[in-house]
Amino acid sequence: MALPVRESPVGKRVSLFVTCIVDMIYPNTGMSVVDILEHVGVEVDFPPDQTCCAQPAFNAGYRDEARTVAKHFFKAFKDAEVIVTPSGSCAAMVRHEYPHLFAPEDGEPFQQAQRTASITWEFSEFLVDGLGIANLDLTLPEKQRFAVHDACHGLRGLGLGQASRDLIRHLGNAELAELNECEVCCGFGGLFSVKMPDISNAMLRNKIDNINASPADTIITGDVSCLTQMNGGLSRNKSEKRVFHLADVLAQGLKGGRA
Amino acid sequence: MTLDAQSNNFIALADVALHNEDLQHAIGEGTRTAYYRRLDTMFAHSDEHGEFMRQQAAEAKRRALRNLPDLLELAERNLKANGFKVEWAEDAAQANQLVLDIARRHQVQSVAKSKSMLTEELGTNDVLEAAGLRVVETDLGEYIIQLAGETPSHIVGPVMHKTKAEIRDVFVRELGMTPTDNAEEMVAFARKMLREDFLNADMGISGGNFLIAETGSIGLVMNEGNGRMCTSLPRVHVALIGIEKIVDTVEDYATLTQVLPSSSTGQKMTVYTNILNGPARADEADGPEHAYVILVDNGRSDIYATKYAEALSCIRCGACQNACPVYRTMGGHAYGWVYGGPIGAVLTPLFVGLENATPLPHASSLCGSCKQVCPVDIDLPRMLLDLRWDLVREGESKAGWDMAMKLWAVGMTSPTRFSLGGKAARAGQAIMGEYMPGPLGNWSKHRDFPDFAPKPFRQLWGSRRHRPVKERAPTLNPSPPQSPASRGKHPTKREGLK
Repeated sequence: MALPVRESPVGKRVSLFVTCIVDMIYPNTGMSVVDILEHVGVEVDFPPDQTCCAQPAFNAGYRDEARTVAKHFFKAFKDAEVIVTPSGSCAAMVRHEYPHLFAPEDGEPFQQAQRTASITWEFSEFLVDGLGIANLDLTLPEKQRFAVHDACHGLRGLGLGQASRDLIRHLGNAELAELNECEVCCGFGGLFSVKMPDISNAMLRNKIDNINASPADTIITGDVSCLTQMNGGLSRNKSEKRVFHLADVLAQGLKGGRA
Repeated sequence: MTLDAQSNNFIALADVALHNEDLQHAIGEGTRTAYYRRLDTMFAHSDEHGEFMRQQAAEAKRRALRNLPDLLELAERNLKANGFKVEWAEDAAQANQLVLDIARRHQVQSVAKSKSMLTEELGTNDVLEAAGLRVVETDLGEYIIQLAGETPSHIVGPVMHKTKAEIRDVFVRELGMTPTDNAEEMVAFARKMLREDFLNADMGISGGNFLIAETGSIGLVMNEGNGRMCTSLPRVHVALIGIEKIVDTVEDYATLTQVLPSSSTGQKMTVYTNILNGPARADEADGPEHAYVILVDNGRSDIYATKYAEALSCIRCGACQNACPVYRTMGGHAYGWVYGGPIGAVLTPLFVGLENATPLPHASSLCGSCKQVCPVDIDLPRMLLDLRWDLVREGESKAGWDMAMKLWAVGMTSPTRFSLGGKAARAGQAIMGEYMPGPLGNWSKHRDFPDFAPKPFRQLWGSRRHRPVKERAPTLNPSPPQSPASRGKHPTKREGLK
């Protein structure tokens, strides 16, 4: 499916869609996103009415509930010029699924879905493809070796394979290593992880084996949901390695820490 | 009498596979080998070329499906002109009866069969054997499966779930082979046994990978040559072909016979690529005296009338199974019917009824690999999502989920209720620790859960000091947006991407 034609986001105010999981569990990752966006000179606001992108209901087959929550999203972001979110999965929901949730005969919500989809960007995609900035002019306090786990919806839904790697390549003191099967799902899959926990775990074990075998000390990914799955398994299986969100790794390079 | 589906036992069947280390090893290796070979072959020239081939193949199948009724009529006329006798079967019972009638008409006692997923669907072997016929599967994988009394676990590699040692044991037990661990010796042994069966067969049964409308021919691809024997050596040849196998032209067949082996085994071409044009002519020394084509519906025209029609494009390459991380952990038997993996999770509910396969639409993390590798670009994740929607609408979703989702939607339509929910979750976590209620308990079975933050982001945001806009640095290297050259590039082991 062709992506909707989108206007350049350069020079526009960014409305942060922080996502429900970042809001409740990883608020510091949200702050890292703001730090990095402000570092590149972007004005950021946080529409306070925002909640969730509706993906849990949508993926579970509850379309009516998903539509209800999507309409709330439209309301919360009605004044947004550009929406940036630190999640490939939520960005894919807004970009690919909102336009399918409403039909032309639905009228306003249909228009809103089209518009919202056209102004929404995933964090790394916004920086690299949107602003054209891969070099953030940042250096980590000490040398670290990273590898990237390509979260599924970012990779196959949005085609993001390179953006996070480009950002890390330009990050001082950061080295990029390989992760075998970096493109294979970690087994999260939203409700899949609790509906079919044993299959999800078999997939996770494969991911953990690959992470443990990677020369990287730290794994980077663009979705905190996958991160929760992988870190939950790494910790349960007594691995020393951990997964970090890209924004948190980049923010380590900001002089003087957080604003 | 379409094969009964065990798909509602998916969780229990998956559990069996997840506790079988030999199976997991065999499936893990088989699927990955095929997955990487596909990448090497499909994109041997360039990523763009591979993508172009996929789109061409998809268009060929979509065009054929759009014109299905007309093309079927054209195919029937041209098949008949080639000397095939053409029969139509509405369902499995009719199809099997037709085969049986043909066998009786020609005094058939022994049947040699080449690989056909359709006959698995129809349960043809059971019907023929019950009528006293000897039926031998001649594809090596199918041969082993038949001896072991099992069903195929993979569309292309039916015996993928078995290790070499298990296969040795089957040959020793069922055929008295002198024990050996040498694969070549095992193959030579099977070949010798099968040779007799080919020579003794009165009738050959094949499927058809494609039915070429413009020439009235059957397109049949294989690697072992057994299909060529089945369709040319016995007196009678019967091809059972699903009506969705139709393609318009020989050119379309040429396109599809490139993407099919590339996608399934990573070969540019199969060892044998056949176009069958009916019985032996008067001046031909080889070929069957009688050639039949049975065009089988068995639920296909019902699917054709739904939003899932595109699933009929499937050319049974198995690429989605090889790419699927769910399939990779447990193989195909858990899906409980003929087709496993992502295409099975879609086709099974469509063929046997959603109520008989309720777990399958959820047997996916929606990672999207299946769509990415599909040579005819079937949007399997979207179909799984639509099937989940159907489950909810048809009341097949559990009442607990209905209630949870309604409550969730109430919580998510107000920032106040959202925040209260977050606070409640944090308080609940403080009390319950690792033990989570309901389905969330399934999380902590295998993984630790992170702590809810003492202050959510919206609270941190409120107390954050923002740099006033005018003090901000201008955008670093504010070049115009790049044309995203990286789009569509898939990081793979093949590219050694760092």
